[in-house]
This record gives sequence, structure tokens and C-alpha cells, in this order.
Amino acid sequence: MEQITNLLAITLAAILANNFIFSQFLGCCPFLGVSKKVDTAVGMGIAVTFVMGLASAVCYAVNLLLINLGLGYMQTVAFILVIAALVQFIEMFLQKSMPALYTALGVYLPLITTNCAVLGVVLLNVQNNYNFIESVVYGITGGLGFLLAIVLFASIRERLAFADYPKAFDGFPIALVTAGLMALAFMGFSGLKVW
Amino acid sequence: MTNVIYAIVVLGVLGAVFGLVLAIASKIFEVKKDPREEEILSHLAGANCGGCGFPGCAGCAAAILAGTAPVNACAPAGAENAAAIAAIMGQEAPSGERQVAYVRCNGGTNAKKRFDYVGVKDCISATKVAAGPLECAFGCLGFGSCVSACQFGAMSIGANGAAVVDPDKCTNCGACMAACPRKLIVSVPASKKVHVACANRDKGKAAMSVCNSSCIGCGLCEKECKKDAIHVENGVAVIDYDKCVGCKLCTKVCPRDAIQPAATAEEKEKYKAIKKAQAEKAAAAKAAAAQAETAEKA
Repeated sequence: MEQITNLLAITLAAILANNFIFSQFLGCCPFLGVSKKVDTAVGMGIAVTFVMGLASAVCYAVNLLLINLGLGYMQTVAFILVIAALVQFIEMFLQKSMPALYTALGVYLPLITTNCAVLGVVLLNVQNNYNFIESVVYGITGGLGFLLAIVLFASIRERLAFADYPKAFDGFPIALVTAGLMALAFMGFSGLKVW
Repeated sequence: MTNVIYAIVVLGVLGAVFGLVLAIASKIFEVKKDPREEEILSHLAGANCGGCGFPGCAGCAAAILAGTAPVNACAPAGAENAAAIAAIMGQEAPSGERQVAYVRCNGGTNAKKRFDYVGVKDCISATKVAAGPLECAFGCLGFGSCVSACQFGAMSIGANGAAVVDPDKCTNCGACMAACPRKLIVSVPASKKVHVACANRDKGKAAMSVCNSSCIGCGLCEKECKKDAIHVENGVAVIDYDKCVGCKLCTKVCPRDAIQPAATAEEKEKYKAIKKAQAEKAAAAKAAAAQAETAEKA
């Protein structure tokens, strides 16, 4: 029972209270870059969720291996290696099975390699001493939080086309203002406690 | 020391394992790409200049393969490569000779200035300040937006302050044409040497007062041309390159030296003398013929 409450707490924290984008400010590059259309934002969010979940699982094993060998200080390098390999794998997989999504994601797909949210989640797993299940849950729910943030943001940006704002704010300025306001709104979740 | 070797070995093994997995995956998830795309790409210029309007050379290659771009979409690659691409695509080689960019202004120091512009050295910025520092609304501003746009080092600001193209280096990619806020740069056939170096559409006095080498639309060149290759259109002389044979007669009669290469005063005098002699000869012949006619009648 305690295990389940614990996982629920991790889930809520990863999606809402400690959202990777809005309260930890990790992964802002794809957040701003691929949020012009909801369709591609959903694709990006799912791809990131997939990579984060998988990276959490693989990196847990790799971290265990490194600690047993007394090489704990190499974890960042090893994690980057794991993430790069995973992203490469997903890129090949998407190109084969979902070419439309592959072209829509474009350059941002290989950029997941350098998405700090992915590296962030595996490092936070180690830092928080999560076990295997907790790590995977944190990875997937962290990705879902990213998905939620990017989809909400993309739908707002689509509507921004009809908004009447000063011309000087066109493009990224208004997007950043929007992101800031959304981050403020997500701050409201920080009081959330379930245990 | 053993620690270091240990770390290297462990990470090396880890990398090798991932590499192996990826190698296997790349076989499983292999996507059959059209081999022609790679071949086409190898015949493009590879400068990623964007002159074709596609995102980089790879985008252009894909568009050529899809048939949405012509085989000679890549101007910098030249006719030879266009023919090679045509062969890959199973089409006939496109005809048409090499084109180069040409700046339709030789104003520079000849053009009168309204004020000294001291802002950002960029043509677009300069046009934003009271419509530019030149009296001539059509002239080259000489701040070199085209020079910085050129990926091939073919543009420079000439001795008199107007931009000039080095036709040997120019690939006709179109970057300068897009960069020029006054749209002064056009494509011309590389083999043609005579060009109208002015784009001023004003007539007569209005064009004359703003620049010492402006085309005033007087039409002398039009009358002089034996091939019907130069015409005044919208107040400025335009050469029809299909008809022009490069005889340079127009440059010799242009009172404004607006047609390049401009003839020297000496050449002009010489041509005037020849024409005068010809006219005298023709008049004499006519007179003789008239005399003969009257003699016959009598």
C-alpha cells in the first residue's frame, strides 16, 4: 500500500508540482521549438516520454553496474551514452514505422539526445535513490508532464495567431511570455500533497 | 592508474554493446532510400546557400527527385552538373547558357547624396532613414548587403561605391538579388558583355538631376541599334539579350554613359566622325542619284 501511495506521489509531483518544464526548466529547447502545432507537439511529447521511460530503466541498470564497479563518478558520461544510443534507436524506429511523424519532428528528434529533461530525469533518479520501479515511473510520468506542458503550450500558441498583441512581441517573445505565465499557473500545484 | 584503465574499459565495453545493438537495429529498421537522391546530392553545389528555395542541398535533392524542382534548380552547380542530374532523372539536359548576376547601377560617386548616412552599414537599414541617403530612388546604396549575402565571394563594392559582380565567381544563386532592397541585381547571360547600368525609371530632367550616369530614357541607343535589341521601357533602356550581339554601338551614343562598358570620349568622337562621313557619303550618293535622274529626264 505504501508503495502505491509513494508511486502516486511521484506521479503527481512529476506531472504537476515538479513539472520538468514549468518548475525545473529542463527541456526548454524542444518545448519552444516544436510547439507551433499541436500535432507535432503531441508526437514530440510521446517521443520524449518514451525516451525518458526507457532511459530511466536502462540507466538504472547502468548505474547499478557502475556503482558495483566503483565507477559511480562516471554516471553522467555513461548516461549520455545511453541516451544518445536510445535516441538513435528511436530515430531509426520512427523512420521505418512512422515516416510522417519522423519528418514532422525533423531536427528536433536527434535533439532529444541533448534534451536536458532526459538527462535530468536519470540523474534525479540517482539523486533521489529511487528503486527500479520508482525510476521507471518517474521517467514516464516526467515525460507525461512534458507532454502535458508542450500540448497545452502548443494549443495556446495556435490561438495566439488571433491574439492582438504588439507587433514587436511577434514570434518567440510572446511565446516566452506565455510560457512564463503558464509556469506561474503551475506554481499553484506546488502545495499539492497526497501523503 | 588502474582506475583510469578500468573506467576506459567499462565505458568502452558499454559503448561497444550499444553500438552493436544499434548496428543490428539499423539492419532491422532499414529504410530503402532511393539511391538516386544521394547521386543527385553529389552533383549539387553543397554550399547549402538556399538559393533554390529549399532547406539545404538535401532538401533540393529530395525535391528534384520528387519532381517538384527542375533538374537545374541548383544554379551554383552549373550546367554540367544539371546535365548529370538530368541523366540520373532520365531527362534531357536543359539547354540555356550560364547566367550571372548583374548590378543595374553604376551610380556610386556619380549619384548625388541627400545626406550622409551614418547608421548601421546595411542597405535595408539605410533605406529606412528618409528613404535612403541617395537622391536617386533607384540607385545602389553601396552598403554591401549583397556582398555579405554572397556565399561565393563574387560581390564587392566597386571603386566608385556601387556594388559589382565578379562574373567568374558568380554562380547566379540569387542570394544577392533577394538581399538588395532596391532589386537592382538581375540575372544576365554570362556571355553578354553590354549591359544597361541603371534602373532609374524617371525620365529626362528628373533622372538627370540625381545622378551623372543615369539613363534618362532619351532613346538614342534604341535608334542606333541595328539589331532592334535595346528599347526604352518604363523610362529606362533594357537590352534584349536574345538579340544583342555586343557591337557596343549603343555605348557610343549614350550621352550619359549609362550603358556599360562605357565608351571613352575618344571612341565617341571617332564614331561621330565615322557617322558624319557616312552621312556625307550617303548625301553625296543621293545627290548624285538625283542628278543622274534629272540628267536622264533631260
